[in-house]
Amino acid sequence: MMSKNPSQIFDIAVVGAGAMGATAALHLARSGMRVALIDRGEICREASGVNAGTLTLHMTRAALIPYAMKGRELWLDAPNWLGMDVGARSAPGLSLAFTAAEREMLEKRAQARAAMGAPIRLITPAEALRIEPGLNPSLIAAAYCELDGHVTAYMTGRAYRKALVAANVTILENASVSEIEPDGGHYTILHEDGGRTTTKRLVLAGGVWLETMLAWLGLSVPIKCLINQLAVTERMRPVMQTVVGIANGLLSLKQFENGSVLIGGGWQGIGDPIRGGVETIPENLIGNVQLARHAIPALGDTRILRIWLGLESETADAMPIIGPLSGFDDAYVIGGVHSGYTSAPYMGRLLADRILGREPEMPLFDPARLIKNPEEIA
Amino acid sequence: MSETCDVLVIGAGPAGTEAALSAAGCGLRVVLADEAPSAGGQVYRAPPDTFSGLPATPESRIGDALRRRLAESTVDTHFGHIVWSVSPDLRVDALAKEGPVSWSARKIIVATGAQERVVPFPGWTLPGIIGLAGATILLKSQRMLPGRSTLVAGQGPLLLAVAAGILKAGGTVAGVVDLSSRSEWLAQSPAFLTRPDLAARGAGWLARLHGTRVPFFYRHAIRRAVKRDENEIEVTIGPVDRSGCSIAGKERIFTVDAVAVGNGLVASTDVTRLLRAEHTFDEARGGWIPRIDADFRTSIAGLYTVGDGTGIAGAAAAALNGRLAGLVAARDLGALTGEAYEEKSAPLRRSAKRALGFGGAMAGLMALRPGQIKSIAEDAVVCRCEDVTRRDIDLAFADGARSANQLKAWTRCGMGPCQGRICGDIASALLAQTTGEHPRSGMFTGRTPFRPLPLTQLLEPVDYSELNLPPPAPL
Repeated sequence: MMSKNPSQIFDIAVVGAGAMGATAALHLARSGMRVALIDRGEICREASGVNAGTLTLHMTRAALIPYAMKGRELWLDAPNWLGMDVGARSAPGLSLAFTAAEREMLEKRAQARAAMGAPIRLITPAEALRIEPGLNPSLIAAAYCELDGHVTAYMTGRAYRKALVAANVTILENASVSEIEPDGGHYTILHEDGGRTTTKRLVLAGGVWLETMLAWLGLSVPIKCLINQLAVTERMRPVMQTVVGIANGLLSLKQFENGSVLIGGGWQGIGDPIRGGVETIPENLIGNVQLARHAIPALGDTRILRIWLGLESETADAMPIIGPLSGFDDAYVIGGVHSGYTSAPYMGRLLADRILGREPEMPLFDPARLIKNPEEIA
Repeated sequence: MSETCDVLVIGAGPAGTEAALSAAGCGLRVVLADEAPSAGGQVYRAPPDTFSGLPATPESRIGDALRRRLAESTVDTHFGHIVWSVSPDLRVDALAKEGPVSWSARKIIVATGAQERVVPFPGWTLPGIIGLAGATILLKSQRMLPGRSTLVAGQGPLLLAVAAGILKAGGTVAGVVDLSSRSEWLAQSPAFLTRPDLAARGAGWLARLHGTRVPFFYRHAIRRAVKRDENEIEVTIGPVDRSGCSIAGKERIFTVDAVAVGNGLVASTDVTRLLRAEHTFDEARGGWIPRIDADFRTSIAGLYTVGDGTGIAGAAAAALNGRLAGLVAARDLGALTGEAYEEKSAPLRRSAKRALGFGGAMAGLMALRPGQIKSIAEDAVVCRCEDVTRRDIDLAFADGARSANQLKAWTRCGMGPCQGRICGDIASALLAQTTGEHPRSGMFTGRTPFRPLPLTQLLEPVDYSELNLPPPAPL
């Protein structure tokens, strides 16, 4: 697919239509730029549309807590800035410990996050059971955070699409990119079907695909690809009101308004960035579901309807890569945010501010620290 | 429990059972799994154990013989097993009353058959309205009438079979509403003559229906159904054109307590879609079907598929092709020489080709027509699990949804307990009609589990210390 008018030069092209790329594109367009948003698939159909939708501070890296708190506010406020409710709801979050070792881990992790501003405090099992009567009473400790919640991730694509169309963004879906040529102050984006898009500025917003995207510019940045398995139950009676996890971060459990319960927590399946999620691992499903049922015993009454896989990216230091690419004029990258869904709309806005020449409210994350072979820059 | 075998066959209908028998006949270790309590599939379904002394029918004789041959064979059968996952390394996971089971196989033959399709109209989800295939099961294996007075509607040969079956069982048929015209039926007569036995049965059904003065409405379809009181459904029918599109003309209203309605069959492709095998769209053969070579091989190594799941062709073709598929697997595994394979397969191939002619003609009468999709009312529920209407789908299209999977995410169409088995093909046809491009709108991506997995059956509560937890996420 190519842009409708091949001679058109965009002010900026964003490659990767996940929540970060789409948010950046939206703010840039609203500030008057002519924007193209390009994806090999459809808007928010990869990680941004198939993740567990947890808005969690319990699972956010401590250093990213201030960003996640801002991002969470933006999701809850989506009707105002995005134009559509995406099912974002505030709910308290609980992180549970069932063993002495987990209690120790819970205390350490809660303290580190509280130090960064997350309102996380330790509570007794009795208090936890008052807040969430559905919990397994055998817990020995819990961490409580009032500011958690969830988003219905599959709805975000529709909301973004409507907002982007209204902001006059040129949306190029199913438009795989094969190469990007920087030349004479422009970037020429070559599509696999032979089309091309020309732009003055460039944002690469590709999640697990960032390694490939940065290689288009001759940059080598290793990006680890996690293949998270998620499962959802059929609609059932209300069995929980909170977002429930365990101390080591490998459970995320919530019940949506329609009664279905989503079970996640980073248990892995099989896949890769080229093919996406390919295959679920039955043992990991069983392990994840056993853990879920241990936390909320009433889940024994329901059935698993669907299992799917969502890709998650991680940089070498497990910190984001957001900012301008040195050695290039007006080329930027955004991604690699741990538990990035919570922070996504905020991260996208920060980058848009930077591109628009405004001072971002919080610091970005310099890509230079991760780029291995700067001498290879063309 | 985990076991290995040479060939694992999923589905014990005519295709799967014959495939298992012929592979086992070559000395291979064969596992046959099905969620039903015994072999036979939909057409040759066995009545419940508690039924006895039922009069024999042509189907019951074939089914009984099939089950007898299976019982006498070395095939390791697992009935009451819900297969919920198949991996590309040819591992199959199933759930039985006793708990989870898994097998690994050297070859897998998928023979999951077809499921019925109902083109939605307002009211089609009311109690008392069932599918033609569902009605067939009631009549054949449970000896039950759908209701006291039943309107039989839709398209394809099941219309006559169900209407005649109701009369035979002592019920009343209020009318037969057929999308096809008389001349469309007649046009298929050369194909009927390839199976004089079945053609004669069809003629017998028709004679019986005409003898009891059951009214026939050719080129008609149901427009809507409304519940009048506890046991009464008011059904409105009206004329359609050749493409199945509603046209102006006299509407008629029937008051009945049951409706049996069906618009043909859709290939069951859960396994091949899950494994991302190549599929093609073929309306005449049941929609999206896996691409296979002449030897039933899919594009996934070691995975074969046979029977109605590869395109609707009927039980007779399924059985013959099933035997062939079992032989192919045996040859590919070295249990049969090329020569022996040729000798055994040649006559089967000839018969299968003939059976395909008849089955193909039947499938043609069952194929979805563009006007049927066009005529779906705005307020008709398309996804009955999640109450998604045609209007919801049109709005999603207006918002930019162009693929079946995007539609699913935006409307929840296909996200309920049936996972899109009932609405998937209609939803993608609706999108395709608007976009004008079927291949682009695609089909719902396959997902595990194929059937809802009850947590209690999947796993026992365990002691926390027995859980094998991965290392913690970064702080």
